Amino acid sequence: MAKRILSLFRNLFCKRDIEQALDDELRSTLEVLTQEKIEQGLSQAAARREALIEIGGIEQVKEGVRAVRAGHFVEGLARDIRYALRQLRRNRSFTAVAVLTLALGIGGTTAIFSVVNGILIQPLPYSHPARLVEVGLDLPGINQFNWPLSPLEYVTFREQSSTFEDIGLYYTGFGGNLYSANVTGFGRPEHVPALGVTDGVLSILEVTPLLGRSFTRADDEPGSPDTLMITYGYWRTKFGGDHSAIGKTIDIDGKPSTIIGVLPQRFRFLDMTDLGILLPLKTQSLRGYNYFAVARLKTGLTPAEANADAARMIPMEVDRPVEFFKEARVTPNVQPLKQYLIGDIGKVLWVLTGGIGLVLLIACANVASLLLVRVEGRQQELAIRAALGGSPGRIAGSLLLESLLLAVIGGALGLLFAYGGLRALVALAPSDLPRLNDIRIDGLVLLFTLSVTIVAGLLFGAMPALRYAGGRSGTGLREAGRSVSASRKRHRARNALVVVQVGLALVLLVSSGLMIRTFQALTHVQPGFTAPAQVETFHVHFPPEMIKAPERLLRMDHAILDNIAAIPDVSSAGFSGAVPMDAGAESDPVLVKDHVLQGQLPPARRSFWVSPSFFKTMGIPLLAGRDLAWDDLVNKRPVALVSENLAREYWQNPSDALGKQIGGSPKAWRQIVGVVGNVHDDGTSQEAPATVYWPITDSDDFLDTPAFALRSTRAGTESLMNEVRQAVSSVDSDLPLYQVHTLDYYYTKSMALTSFTLVMLALAGGMALILGIVGLYGVIAHSVSQRTHEIGVRMALGAQKNDVLKLVVNGGMYLTLIGVGVGVAGALGLTRFLSSLLYGVKPTDPLTFVVVSSILTGVALLACYIPARRATKADPIVALRYE
Amino acid sequence: MGQKRTDLLRGTLDLLVLKALSLEPLHGVGISRRITQITKGAYEVSFGSLFPVLHRMEESGWVEAEWRSSDNNRRAKYYRLTPSGRAQLKDEERQWNQVVKIMASAVQST
Repeated sequence: MAKRILSLFRNLFCKRDIEQALDDELRSTLEVLTQEKIEQGLSQAAARREALIEIGGIEQVKEGVRAVRAGHFVEGLARDIRYALRQLRRNRSFTAVAVLTLALGIGGTTAIFSVVNGILIQPLPYSHPARLVEVGLDLPGINQFNWPLSPLEYVTFREQSSTFEDIGLYYTGFGGNLYSANVTGFGRPEHVPALGVTDGVLSILEVTPLLGRSFTRADDEPGSPDTLMITYGYWRTKFGGDHSAIGKTIDIDGKPSTIIGVLPQRFRFLDMTDLGILLPLKTQSLRGYNYFAVARLKTGLTPAEANADAARMIPMEVDRPVEFFKEARVTPNVQPLKQYLIGDIGKVLWVLTGGIGLVLLIACANVASLLLVRVEGRQQELAIRAALGGSPGRIAGSLLLESLLLAVIGGALGLLFAYGGLRALVALAPSDLPRLNDIRIDGLVLLFTLSVTIVAGLLFGAMPALRYAGGRSGTGLREAGRSVSASRKRHRARNALVVVQVGLALVLLVSSGLMIRTFQALTHVQPGFTAPAQVETFHVHFPPEMIKAPERLLRMDHAILDNIAAIPDVSSAGFSGAVPMDAGAESDPVLVKDHVLQGQLPPARRSFWVSPSFFKTMGIPLLAGRDLAWDDLVNKRPVALVSENLAREYWQNPSDALGKQIGGSPKAWRQIVGVVGNVHDDGTSQEAPATVYWPITDSDDFLDTPAFALRSTRAGTESLMNEVRQAVSSVDSDLPLYQVHTLDYYYTKSMALTSFTLVMLALAGGMALILGIVGLYGVIAHSVSQRTHEIGVRMALGAQKNDVLKLVVNGGMYLTLIGVGVGVAGALGLTRFLSSLLYGVKPTDPLTFVVVSSILTGVALLACYIPARRATKADPIVALRYE
Repeated sequence: MGQKRTDLLRGTLDLLVLKALSLEPLHGVGISRRITQITKGAYEVSFGSLFPVLHRMEESGWVEAEWRSSDNNRRAKYYRLTPSGRAQLKDEERQWNQVVKIMASAVQST
């Protein structure tokens, strides 16, 4: 074996010496033989001839020896590759078209796969990520799922669990209103995104600080000295990466706190990218369902087992609200952290993967079609190679090799496309797409691209290779000079490819058509507010201790409101706890007097806490009664407004709701003073939730973190925001503004996933259309050029231009219509995978199918007409002389 | 040349070459002549078959080659059996005898 390997190296690298030795040996053999013959009495010339005959062809003997040598295969392969490259270079335009087509297909597939890989496949960037789980609560009794926990569950699970290695509680704020804190006392006052954690969180994620130490149980004790940790990014920008940051004291929401640690650069908490500071939770009370929990399972346990264990522990909770737990049927919800993070985005991604896969198939069909034409043109060359002793397998193999080379070049270029495309894609993607930062081209993506490339190469290379191996007959050399008129059989393979291409393109176009219809339907839904682009919103964050003086807070909110309302071009202004569609509003149980069912929890209703003029500013119409008045707030009058659908649910007529009593508890009834229009707070694709609007003074949670809104034609401009900043700072110069967005931003964001899917599918559909039409055009144009002779004869015999036109166009349309038929059948089967992404349109929407089919047929008609016209222009004399 | 007879003895060429070399080192033509001689003219090996076999055996280490002068003062490449070549020869002879025995009894049985 060793000897054989040695020979392999010698054969490959000392080729010249080896060849020389073989040459010498054969020459000496010839001489020995000649000498032998001379000794038998032949003349020198005759002896030499006899000797040559006996050896039987020096070259054949050499080839025989080469064939048994080690490395023969590698050598042959290298020669075949050189040959294939020469073939590809010789036909530059063919190579360019094929490579570009493949690069588009492979590049697109790679880009989409990178997204799938980053979001769905790659594990979370923590050690042993499979053991990390998110712990929440499900409340099927009141139709709420994935609810936050209270510290009560946390303490119980931490102390009693036999399945969690450890559990940590964290706080990120409500919905769109992310947790953040004012940082003062060091440099410029700032408002910094924050994360509240118990001591377990960082150790569960197995994060060790870059500098300093992590939180301990002592840091989390209420009343202990205030500490914080800072992220790497914040450390670099705020402290310039200075190690002396550890031990420094800065004011967090007015409380002096000591920096105890800096987190490593790669640390990321779930998807929170611009996090600045981490604070101990220091929960004072065990109540309050405001927190989420992350836990690490003991080795070998599954989330389901942990779920069962948590269900066992819930009844152990000391002092839990038993009635509520029974009514709401509280159960734990332990799910893998990754699943919690990515949610149900998977469906969209698989749809996109399927779409781009179809584009790749069309690209392959195109290249296969091109290759078939080329093989036809190379009959002569192939016949010569066969005559010179190339075995059919060897020639088919070298054809396949050419295809693989094309695929590899296309794949390499595709990878470049993917790098560029991925950037565009990430920029285009909805900002709430999970794990955006994990999307990159990594080893797995490269491996995927390589496999796709090879499979694609084999796929489109198989057809010409098989065709050669199967259809190889003696006709090659005979046909060399002059080709016979195209027979049906000869084009069958290419025709089949065109049908497949048209069919696949139709499937993709129908899919993007359905998304367009969905988008149209969504934009036609009245969101409930008007002209959202003219509404500017922003949040203000008062220091937390100010909540102890609600009257003062209300005065300051009111002062800010008056100031911004006085800005020129501002027609109206208001404030509230949350902005419609920002996912910041809660759902709370709401009692309706005279409609209380004993032994049953009241249904949860969307709840907004608002100021006067909130509705006017948002453009939410007042259908009955009146708006809130400042008097209601200042004097704490028991009033509220409801949405139209809530009013109709109980009293049929909006005006009949006026004067009725509702409340969050039986002790606090509020009188309905007005009914307003429905708002699609969960996004346009969702039903508008039944909503209650309470005076903002009814809640402790929002007076200190109000969201202001103002209506102005200058909304979204920097000049307006500058005036707004001035207006706010004239009330309190230490108040930073944050989450500054127009209402239109939230409105657009609610459709972001739909428009993202739409753009992606439309791109895929566009590519499919272009590739499919190019394929059709290529086939028709090629068949016309093949039939020039036949057409010349027809015209010489009196066929009119129209007859010829019809002949060619009919041929193309025949293929197109079969393709459309196949595509419609395919689309009917496949579009149901889209149904969860569609809104207001059925997956089998006849209009979409008809329009798309007509467009495709129309474009195909054009693709046939151009070569057909060229055919009619042929002069019979020239045509007959052609070739 | 000798197409039919070659078919008859397909698969035995290795054995014949090893056998031919078992007495003394030979060059290509010499091996060809020796095979004709020891098969009593029943087998004439073509050079197109012989040289690939020789080169394969050389790579496998069964034979070694060296250039030296032939009887009539011409330089030629001489092949010589190596110890592993001899072992191979023994092996193949044993196998062949077995095949012959089996085939003989098979042909004689009714």
